[in-house]
Amino acid sequence: METSNLTGKTIQKYLNEGKRFDERKLEEFRDIEVEVGVSKNAEGSARVKIGKTEVIVGIKLDVTTPYPDSPTDGNLMVTTELLPLSSPRFELGPPKIDSIELGRITDRMIRESKFIQLDKLCIKAGEKVWNIFIDIYSLNDDGNLLDAAGIGAVIALKNTKIPKYDAENEKVLRDETPETPLPTSNDIPLSFTFHKIGDSIIVDPTREEEDFSESRLTIGTSGKYISSMQKGDEKELTPEEFKHIVDLSTQVWKDISKKIEKYLK
Amino acid sequence: MTKEFKRPDGRKIEEMRPIRAEVGIIPNADGSAMFAFGETIAIAAVYGPKKMHPQHMQNPEKGTLRCTYNMMSFSVKDRIRPGPSRRSMEISKITEWALSPIVLIDDYANNVIDVHIQILQANASTRCAGINAAAMALAHAGIPMKGLASSVSIGKLDTQLVVDLNKDEEDWEEGEGATDMPITFTDDGKITHFQLDGKITPEQLKEVVDLGKKACVQINEIQKKALKDALKKEE
Repeated sequence: METSNLTGKTIQKYLNEGKRFDERKLEEFRDIEVEVGVSKNAEGSARVKIGKTEVIVGIKLDVTTPYPDSPTDGNLMVTTELLPLSSPRFELGPPKIDSIELGRITDRMIRESKFIQLDKLCIKAGEKVWNIFIDIYSLNDDGNLLDAAGIGAVIALKNTKIPKYDAENEKVLRDETPETPLPTSNDIPLSFTFHKIGDSIIVDPTREEEDFSESRLTIGTSGKYISSMQKGDEKELTPEEFKHIVDLSTQVWKDISKKIEKYLK
Repeated sequence: MTKEFKRPDGRKIEEMRPIRAEVGIIPNADGSAMFAFGETIAIAAVYGPKKMHPQHMQNPEKGTLRCTYNMMSFSVKDRIRPGPSRRSMEISKITEWALSPIVLIDDYANNVIDVHIQILQANASTRCAGINAAAMALAHAGIPMKGLASSVSIGKLDTQLVVDLNKDEEDWEEGEGATDMPITFTDDGKITHFQLDGKITPEQLKEVVDLGKKACVQINEIQKKALKDALKKEE
């Protein structure tokens, strides 16, 4: 199950020569496949495959009371389940740090970029607002679930419709076909995770590569602005490496947002 | 009366919703499958046989089959909290019992075979779809088996028996209301799972068995075809 040290050394040796096992460039993603509307009872859903890595993201909307400090804003909640179905490494039981971090990074990428116009999700100030649940499930882990989750969340949100609401009887009319799209911004935030192996910086690691990543930096960007970031794992990054990653993030955002553009109508 | 009966979606009495079945959908798993009755979609993955952890759960006499059934939070109209519930834990156990008789794991002492089932989209009969997917995934994983298991829900709407209940039918309120009877058969026609919620006479309940068996023979063919197709693809 674990990737062997020998494989790790070979990965490093290859990277020193600018090569990867699957012949990709260091800043090149695997093929991305997207399917939207995969779960009909969800208000929006998407299935994203990056190589053999696969996630499914579903959006549910519900009416709830707003938080006291934002009485006119909708709520947002992101949860992640790393299903034992998706990898021999994931076990049943309460969420572990990996899945919690994945949810929180995705949450901040969406929230901080103001991608969802939460202020338009108020039904009655201080009393009733829409609550948006973004639920992320892994279906197959071959590395880089983080970026797959972010792409899936954004595509699912773009394809989400708000159910009709009967204000008089305070009921969500789930049997009626929803028509109003979720108010989202035209700037598309995505998050990309850059991994440092040896002296090389790569994107979209496979499971094997990710196992030998010594340091990672996730950047949530909409091309123009960076709105969220998280440095993970134990090794340090030099300021030069950091600046290099920031430059790369804009380039990767351009590449990927172009690839998934048609699902973001 | 029988001929006049109209099902909400216009199906014939013994007509199942369109079935889809596919094997090998999760590359990481030792075996995997998808099974769908119309809008009800289940996926299953098998990992193992592998050493049972924790050790005190190991059975030195034979292997263990461990099933976990869960619905994705957004698979139903009103979101359900992610993670296990009392309902899902019971269905997990039922699934284990439905599949145990066909799985030959006596030789896998101290080992466990994990079967993970997820409902991606629900429109009733999810446990049946789950069992069907799980049986295929076990076969795909190369686990020694006596044969497959096939599952279907038989419903009684007022007084009429129908095959493969959908959500509208499950919520049937006219007359005697709805009775839901999920049932699972082995290839050789034995019952490994049977549940009932509602109200039915002993005579009619016997008819349910015959109806269920007929439907499961059809499902069995579809499961086998999907497994054979996967073999061809791998060749």
